[in-house]
Amino acid sequence: MSAILEKPGFNPDRKYKIIGTSPVKHDGFDKVTGRAKFAADFFLPGMLIGKFLRSPHPHAFVRKIDVSRAEKLAGVKAVVTRDDFPELKPGTGGGDMSRIAMAREKVYWEGHPVAAVAAVSETIARKALKLIKVDYEVLPHVIDPVAAMAPNAPILHDYLRTKGVKGPDAEKKTNVVERLELSVGDAEEGFKEADVVVEHTYDTKPMHQGYIEPQSSVANVSEDGQVELWCCTQAPWVYRDRLTEILKLDSAKIRIQQSELGGGFGGKTTFYTEPVAILLSKKAKAPVKMTLTRVEVMKATGPVSGTQTRTKMGCKKDGTIVAADSELIFQTGPYTGSAFTNAPQAMFTRYELKNVKTVSYEVVSNRPKVSSFRAPCVPQAVFGVEDVVSELAKKIGMDPIDFRLKNAIKEGHKTIYGETFTKIGFIETLEAAKACDHYKSPVPKGQGRGVACGFWFNRGGETTGTVNLAPDGTVNIILGTADVAGSRMSMSMMAAEEFGIPVDRVRSILADTHSLGYNRVTAGSRTTFSSGMIVVDATRKIIAELTRRAAKIWGVPEDGVIFEDGHCRPASSNVGNFEPLSMKDIASKTTYTMGAISGHSEMNVTGAGPGFGLHIVDVKVDRETGLTQIMRYTVVEDAGKAISPMQVEGQYQGGAVQGIGWALNEEYIYGADGKLQNAGFLDYRMPVASDVPMIDTVIVEVPNPKHPFGLRGVGEVPVTPTMAAVGNAIGECIGIRPRSLPMTPPKVLKLIEEAEAKGLLPKH
Amino acid sequence: MSKKHHLAMNVNGDDYEFLCETHQSLLDVLRDELMLTGTKEGCATGDCGACSVTLDGRLACSCLVLAVECEGAKIGTIEGMARGDVLHPLQRNFLELNGLQCGICTPGILIAARSLLERNPDPSETEIRYWLAGNLCRCTGYDKIIRSVQAAAKEMRGA
Amino acid sequence: MSELRYEAPASLKAAAALLAKEKGLAKILAGGTDVIVQMETDLIEPELLVDIKKIAVLRKITAEKGGFRIGAAVSGMEMMEHAALCKSWPGVLDGVKLIGSIQVKARATVAGNLCNGSPAADSVPPMITAGAVARIVGPKKTREVPVEEIPLSPGKTNLAKGEIIESFFLPKRPKNSGDAYERFTPRTEMDIAVVGVAINLTLDADGVCTAARVCLGAVAPTVIVSKECAAALVGTKVDQAALDKLAAAASAACRPIDDKRGTIEFRTKVAGVLARRVAVKALERARRIA
Repeated sequence: MSAILEKPGFNPDRKYKIIGTSPVKHDGFDKVTGRAKFAADFFLPGMLIGKFLRSPHPHAFVRKIDVSRAEKLAGVKAVVTRDDFPELKPGTGGGDMSRIAMAREKVYWEGHPVAAVAAVSETIARKALKLIKVDYEVLPHVIDPVAAMAPNAPILHDYLRTKGVKGPDAEKKTNVVERLELSVGDAEEGFKEADVVVEHTYDTKPMHQGYIEPQSSVANVSEDGQVELWCCTQAPWVYRDRLTEILKLDSAKIRIQQSELGGGFGGKTTFYTEPVAILLSKKAKAPVKMTLTRVEVMKATGPVSGTQTRTKMGCKKDGTIVAADSELIFQTGPYTGSAFTNAPQAMFTRYELKNVKTVSYEVVSNRPKVSSFRAPCVPQAVFGVEDVVSELAKKIGMDPIDFRLKNAIKEGHKTIYGETFTKIGFIETLEAAKACDHYKSPVPKGQGRGVACGFWFNRGGETTGTVNLAPDGTVNIILGTADVAGSRMSMSMMAAEEFGIPVDRVRSILADTHSLGYNRVTAGSRTTFSSGMIVVDATRKIIAELTRRAAKIWGVPEDGVIFEDGHCRPASSNVGNFEPLSMKDIASKTTYTMGAISGHSEMNVTGAGPGFGLHIVDVKVDRETGLTQIMRYTVVEDAGKAISPMQVEGQYQGGAVQGIGWALNEEYIYGADGKLQNAGFLDYRMPVASDVPMIDTVIVEVPNPKHPFGLRGVGEVPVTPTMAAVGNAIGECIGIRPRSLPMTPPKVLKLIEEAEAKGLLPKH
Repeated sequence: MSKKHHLAMNVNGDDYEFLCETHQSLLDVLRDELMLTGTKEGCATGDCGACSVTLDGRLACSCLVLAVECEGAKIGTIEGMARGDVLHPLQRNFLELNGLQCGICTPGILIAARSLLERNPDPSETEIRYWLAGNLCRCTGYDKIIRSVQAAAKEMRGA
Repeated sequence: MSELRYEAPASLKAAAALLAKEKGLAKILAGGTDVIVQMETDLIEPELLVDIKKIAVLRKITAEKGGFRIGAAVSGMEMMEHAALCKSWPGVLDGVKLIGSIQVKARATVAGNLCNGSPAADSVPPMITAGAVARIVGPKKTREVPVEEIPLSPGKTNLAKGEIIESFFLPKRPKNSGDAYERFTPRTEMDIAVVGVAINLTLDADGVCTAARVCLGAVAPTVIVSKECAAALVGTKVDQAALDKLAAAASAACRPIDDKRGTIEFRTKVAGVLARRVAVKALERARRIA
């Protein structure tokens, strides 16, 4: 175990020079001048253009694919189908990934790739696609997960049996991948202590991550099978390992260079174009670029799971929550891998609960395979929990934040998934929310205010990085974790802080997969924490080496040298009267000492501090149309320590607005034919600038003692409570809380009519 | 084989000649023929604004203009926004106020914002938000974009 | 995919001739904001594009008989920058302003908005209530057609092969009159109308409504010009009773469908809500313009 994991050296009294400031991001200059290279900005000499042919059917056998006419078209250099992919067993990780990349026995959703063409121009590639003849045997389809669970639903996979089920049902053909029960105590007994019980059902819709940059990659396969791949990814090493698995390649023969990432939010943790571009390049013996269209992004890259949930909680008159019970159904697309197990682990993890029962299901249906998104699968469950919590508070006449404070977990809490928390900042977050200007100000007339809390584990994991000291005393950092919003700068800041040098003397770059050891995906709010640990560890190694070199230069014992503010100095006057040696002084003399100085670190990082947040939102609802307008929004969240406060604010604001979109408008609309009807930015309604107000932020800093600067990940938490907070605010405004996402004007208008009929509509 | 069109246009003050097919958009030509890749493609249907340029002084989506329509046109792209070493105040304020995260929407937003400030040097927050409604950003939640435009406008007014 | 040709004739006559003789699918390219999107998404595969923006007469807004003649290739932004037009026909401009983003309006034209044949087109209802008349030039003759007669069904117009809209005539604004258009969309911008309502009304010296035109968008296969709605206003001071009657008439006039953008029930109800709001706005403008 690396020393830094044991002794991170967090010092609450440390005065920072760089941490906590918000210098201009070094990568920003190329981004404001148009010079930053995103995936589609790569061009190679002789490069071909690749395009996909996709299934028009949501569910069908693929009987025959005739590519002969396409192959004969002038300018077509390669055509790829299932026959070009190694055969892997269905129902295995590799088998599923291969079939998502290219349909094999069946197509499982409208947009499932069935063939691809590489040609000298996009025009010719598109022409060639029209010459491919696919013989389908169309099958009945099922889109809705609840319908997919019904006894006579069309079965997607004959081999599928529900994991976690015993008895006769265990052997039945099914669309239910898994039944997972996660419980503590005895919920049934717990409810007996309750004075008030609230229970509701909820549904949430798949939303798309909505990154503005469509997936794109350039593959170049040499005659001896060496693959070079440029692509936008949050996970270069994960891509490499999965590509080697489904294409049967050696890892040594594939080198992936990540480009600037034009938004990912979890959606670029899975490949789409890459395996196909590689096969096309191999066949065509030329570089191939494949860029998805927006329609393809919407129809065939992973959105987020939609859910059906039921949540029940009970509390005593004094506000103590005594039990919780929930059933959750997660839609995953045609293959397993929704990360649904996050939901039962995280959904109640804010409250001190002795009795909890959760039963979760993952269900396949004929829609694109879901992918990760900020706090995967958690916001959907929180949408219900935070409604029930607020309603309990209301029923016993308690302020919603006080109610949450009464039940809030703190250091020493043992979670439902077995982890015992060290210092966490939930209570501090709730207190900061109560004290903030937004919460203290009265709710404006005619508006409704909602609050909701969110939680995310925050992650660590395998991470590798190198810090190099140049002869002029400047520093470059080689990172393996993709930079989704500014982490390179945060790494430069952390190194600069440790060295005590200006941040402009440090630069960070993103490595290709040959240049560093394994790095886990940038996801789960792990990067600034994990790569930060690596950078600080490597920096400390360099500092130790600098002191050794100084000792050698001065001819004194190593413990006679100290390092501060970028200089080695004698530890005391007893050591000798030496002029301090700067990093440059030492680095420029490495020829005479022991060669170049660099620090490398690799570890399975642990100690990520969990994150908690609370959102406050005021909404106005047009009672004649059901239109909801966000009037004021505040995100309060614990960052542990904000390395760059403006970047942290940006995470809070961006997460909240994504959540607002999911809350109000974003959804996948399918016709009875199983085809997606809103595959574009026009009808998949993401928030535009005029839809939202400024998003206020309160950065709470309860340091994570396991990190040298105390930081916690901040990227996931901001979306976890948003839909719940908006829903609660609408509920306050119109008298009935919406429980189906998105909370569109037609749905809200119906609730207004219902509230009016029941006398629940508040008087303005 | 069909013949391509031979056209000339001016981009950021420089004259370019190029060949294109009829269906190729101005965006396609800027990126694939002239290698000016600062202009981005997010949707190719005019719904995201990532491809925003000025066309004879007007803000437009380059994906919604065919290149064949551009004979003799004057195009302004992100590559022409800075003057030598000096960044445009919008560019500098976006950097200083963190008006960008991933940066894919940034060129389009900067071009759109410049076009706004040329018409209206003192826009209200609402005016900025509505003018930029055609430019999607998924990272920032717009807050810091709006603040960056406000700060640049203030600076440019000399206020 | 057949080869796509592009022509940019300098005269309307030449344009009409090109369109008339083309055997394959020919499309007029004005702003291109619909045609280019339809080509990009493989909805249409034209063989000829006739760019009409090089025809000088189509690029102008001119004063005519106290009203305005708007060339078919005039962009939305050009209309929005025409001070006299904005002052005279604010309701028409309400619609124009809602045609997509600033970027889209830099190219998009009202003629294109009309000829695309969408019942949800934002500029069409207020053009109709304004009494706009299109001048259509064909290979053989020129005809003048009220805008409401042009859309036939979604995507279809009554323009014959070879016919091109040359311009629209917006008449002189009568005294004491005002027009307005509003639509309902879930987002503030970048959206397609779920319901749209345009009203143009005229008052007499006592504030009594003497004439009214009411048009509903996105609630039927083509825009609806509702006589019942107009009747609810004429002869009244556009008071609460009249507005109630108007709202009921607007809802009753709807023949909408359930689709991804809205439900029958919602569209029907909101048509009434919007009609009321738009009438109030038009009334205010009538009083102000007086």
